[in-house]
Amino acid sequence: MEAYVGYFLYLLSLLTVGGIYAIFALGLNVQWGFAGLFNVGIVGFAAVGAYTYALLTTAESTFHLGGFGLPLPIGMFVGMVMSAIVAAFIGLICIRLRADYLAIATIGIAEIIKLILKNETDITNGPRGVNKIPRMWEHFSEERFYSSWPMSWFGTPENWEAFFDKLPNWYWQPLFAATILLIMYVIYRMLERARTAPWGRMMTAIRENEPAARASGKDVTRRRIEAFVIGAAIMGLAGALFAQHLRLIEPTNTFDPAKVTFLTWVMLILGGSGNNRGAILGAFLIWTIWSASELVITGSIGLISNIFSTLDPSILQTRAGFLRMMLIGILMQVILQRYPSGILPEVRPASPKADNNDAGSTGETK
Amino acid sequence: MWEFVNYYFIPGLVLGCIYALGAIGITLTFGILRFANFAHGEIMMSGAYLTWTVMAIAAGAGLTLHPLVAMVPAAFLVILLFLGTDKFFYKPFRKEDTIKVVMASFGMMLIIRSAVQMIWGPNQITFVRGIAKPNATLSEITSNMGLQILMPNKHLFIFAGTIILVMALGYLLNRTRIGKAMRAVSDSPDLAHVTGINVDKVINATWIVGGICATAAGVFLVMDTQMLETTMGFRMLLPMFAAAILGGIGKPYGAVAGGLIIGLAEELSAYPWIGDTPLLSPGYKTGVAFAIMVVMLIVRPQGLFKGRSF
Repeated sequence: MEAYVGYFLYLLSLLTVGGIYAIFALGLNVQWGFAGLFNVGIVGFAAVGAYTYALLTTAESTFHLGGFGLPLPIGMFVGMVMSAIVAAFIGLICIRLRADYLAIATIGIAEIIKLILKNETDITNGPRGVNKIPRMWEHFSEERFYSSWPMSWFGTPENWEAFFDKLPNWYWQPLFAATILLIMYVIYRMLERARTAPWGRMMTAIRENEPAARASGKDVTRRRIEAFVIGAAIMGLAGALFAQHLRLIEPTNTFDPAKVTFLTWVMLILGGSGNNRGAILGAFLIWTIWSASELVITGSIGLISNIFSTLDPSILQTRAGFLRMMLIGILMQVILQRYPSGILPEVRPASPKADNNDAGSTGETK
Repeated sequence: MWEFVNYYFIPGLVLGCIYALGAIGITLTFGILRFANFAHGEIMMSGAYLTWTVMAIAAGAGLTLHPLVAMVPAAFLVILLFLGTDKFFYKPFRKEDTIKVVMASFGMMLIIRSAVQMIWGPNQITFVRGIAKPNATLSEITSNMGLQILMPNKHLFIFAGTIILVMALGYLLNRTRIGKAMRAVSDSPDLAHVTGINVDKVINATWIVGGICATAAGVFLVMDTQMLETTMGFRMLLPMFAAAILGGIGKPYGAVAGGLIIGLAEELSAYPWIGDTPLLSPGYKTGVAFAIMVVMLIVRPQGLFKGRSF
């Protein structure tokens, strides 16, 4: 029985992190898949969302600014707004220029955000990071939550303490995973609606043929900034969820561009850019491969270090991690060259009412 | 006064030289192949690691090589790396939308960095041991003239190397056939193609020039900081892009000027201009380059030297 609980919890953590990455990939899909905006600073928007959430919701602390102890949904919402504001700043400057400049500017803003997080030690506790970030569902068992409203309306702190003692200590895991999947589903439905709405078709038109869209009176710059800001807000939310999952965030290792920005890109390209289902599929697929390969690496290192006892297993472990990163990079290049549309290609035309045969007459099917 | 020159102005110029050499490669690739090469910083870093390896092998054979000598075989390997990357990863996208190549170069950045981390390990490696003493002859000559300039030998080598490379580049671009062809392709690829310029040859020449400058920039950087680390390529990327944009895309001299300006601005921003504390906390040095780049993109996207603006 104990062993099954272990497998169950592993599966749940796979779903949790996979779901968070799926939200990242959905956000990127709005920017790249819908509008063709090349954002390589995902990690920056994630960090803004995560730190905003962390500072607003943690308990009062002497290490960093505040610890305002606000309700969790408010923290997540403000995280989204902050991320959107940063995106609007970058978008207003760079979106009228060529895509390369946006790429340089986003990678730059991501570095600047990390620089600020590292240097403003009074606000963010610098490289030591923010600790004890409340996690959804698990936070109910913390004293500061069950001794204040609204939980204090339903029972005294003693009753709540007895109640949480009876539950197994992983009680929050299924609930947390389910909540993340629910958030992912809601975002997915909203984006599907946006994609099939006139807004989505206009985005496609702008991406595919900018002069024609401009000629038919579309405000290209404004629409692009809209897509960029919406995508960044979704990434900010994903960052806040990421902070909840980790409970301890710091600027350097948590927000490693290779592990956030790059993995999200591989997920979206593999799943199929422009297709929301593809983004979700790619996220779960790559995350499963990524975490399963960790088990394979650990297993094979045990084997190798038994045979060649002269090799240091800890060195092998770090080197194998880099090998895995390199293989993911090569996988990305292969997809880019051989299967540019991904597993689930973009569905065109976007409107569900348009019949494929009708659209064929304009030569614009698929 | 002399403290300002020795601890802020000269280090700023040294950093500027390194940025300038890196930015030359970026601006040429951007101008001729028309894409922002994100892998440039990592290639610079791998050049420095290869130089270290050449030195280590020579030391094993009982030879002590100066980094500037060991740089030559390393530069050949870096050129091969550049040409190989181009052939396998960039060339398939040449007829397509340029953003695909940018994506491919972004992937290359991760591949090269993980490869370096896998081969040499993620920890810092010391390049040259010991504290660099100021050059005695130079300080003697300058103190006779009433000046107090203190410069370690490594800085003199970096200045000399940069001046030689930039002069050689100037000769190549202005006097040789292939250099003129490079400038022609940068100005107008279609017109250049019609006049019978072999574009593939020009592209290879771009990678070769970029490779030599990138190796030199990487080696000069580790000569200056005296240590090798795998994140240095990524750290240099943003200032180099800023230098290329500041100077104007496709203008090698613009890149040199941009690099020097960015390097000086980064170092001088930490000088206590007002009061006793540094004007800007040294932790924000990288931010200076980004701020300059953002201002340039708003005010004058074509750069100081009127390069291409898209």
